Amino acid sequence: MREALAVTEDGVRLTEEQRRRRRSLSIAIALVLAALVVIFYVVTIVKLGGNVASRSF
Amino acid sequence: MASVDITTSIEPVHAGEAISLAAPADYFALLKPRVMSLVVFTALTGMVLAPGGIHPVIGFVALLAIAVGAGASGALNMWYDADIDARMARTRERPVPAGRVAPGEALAFGLILSAGSVVVLGLFTNWVAAALLAFTIFFYVVIYTMWLKRRTPQNIVIGGAAGALPPVVAWAAVTGGVSVEPLVLVLIIFLWTPPHFWALALFRSEDYARAGVPMLPNVAGAAATKRQIVLYSVLLAVAGLLPAVLGFSSVWYGIGAAVLGLGVVLDARWVLRMRDDDLKMAPARRLFGSSILYLFLIFALLLIDRAALAVGLIG
Repeated sequence: MREALAVTEDGVRLTEEQRRRRRSLSIAIALVLAALVVIFYVVTIVKLGGNVASRSF
Repeated sequence: MASVDITTSIEPVHAGEAISLAAPADYFALLKPRVMSLVVFTALTGMVLAPGGIHPVIGFVALLAIAVGAGASGALNMWYDADIDARMARTRERPVPAGRVAPGEALAFGLILSAGSVVVLGLFTNWVAAALLAFTIFFYVVIYTMWLKRRTPQNIVIGGAAGALPPVVAWAAVTGGVSVEPLVLVLIIFLWTPPHFWALALFRSEDYARAGVPMLPNVAGAAATKRQIVLYSVLLAVAGLLPAVLGFSSVWYGIGAAVLGLGVVLDARWVLRMRDDDLKMAPARRLFGSSILYLFLIFALLLIDRAALAVGLIG
């Protein structure tokens, strides 16, 4: 059963527990995105190999 | 100029469909983490056994992509099977039937992770491995979950091929191709799947009956299922010896695999001797647990054997 949301004239009001869950989900998404950035960067460096600056185009 | 009264009646907004109230742990649960850990371990074995080697960073990311691909399959399975999961005691607390994650959220999560893991594996290793991962996801979600699971008692036998593929995906990530060795690993997992899941189906037969899933005990009866469990356990024990027989593992591995195989066959024999009025079904529960241990130990043996060969401990 989906939990109810308190909808008022000013918009949706979340309970403390709902607010906590949303915050932790946002943090988790941010961490995953940061990890992806690191992974893509490191793999790019690995795949480029060494002596990148002195290679010809 | 007349003033306009812009009072409107506000319809209740069903914001529950627009706002996710799930916690990170709920999304993580969608990935079936315990299945993922076995996928990672079997894939790691395929990667280590593959000739040529792979840069550790690339290897790590490839394993991560395979794990995420497997998790995505799990999420899509939980999306599709939410209706029967809700009817089974074993699965009704999963995120979708319990209402913590909306079905659409699980579907989007699964689709995005599927596409992402396949693309990442293709870009970072090669497109053969990516194609195999895509096929694995397709097989599990479409062939097993959507087609076979609700239609035939051979569902987990055929569908088990999906769970068996991670070693060959990891092998292809290293070599760009497929060979006999990873197919032997696939065979081992493929033959392991029926005794493992039929042991579960025996002591959960009421649950599966409630959900209308045609597991073998519900369709063919407990006696036929027990005989099939023994048959597959014997085949599994034999298949476990193949790496030594074919020469890509040592005789020491062969000895260890023989001992482990004997253990599984003995456990299967206890299941065969289970009485019809045994409601607790302890032998079936034991086989379910010991089969997980078997798979873990067989692949651990392969890794230890390869490491020992590499450092010259064994010839």
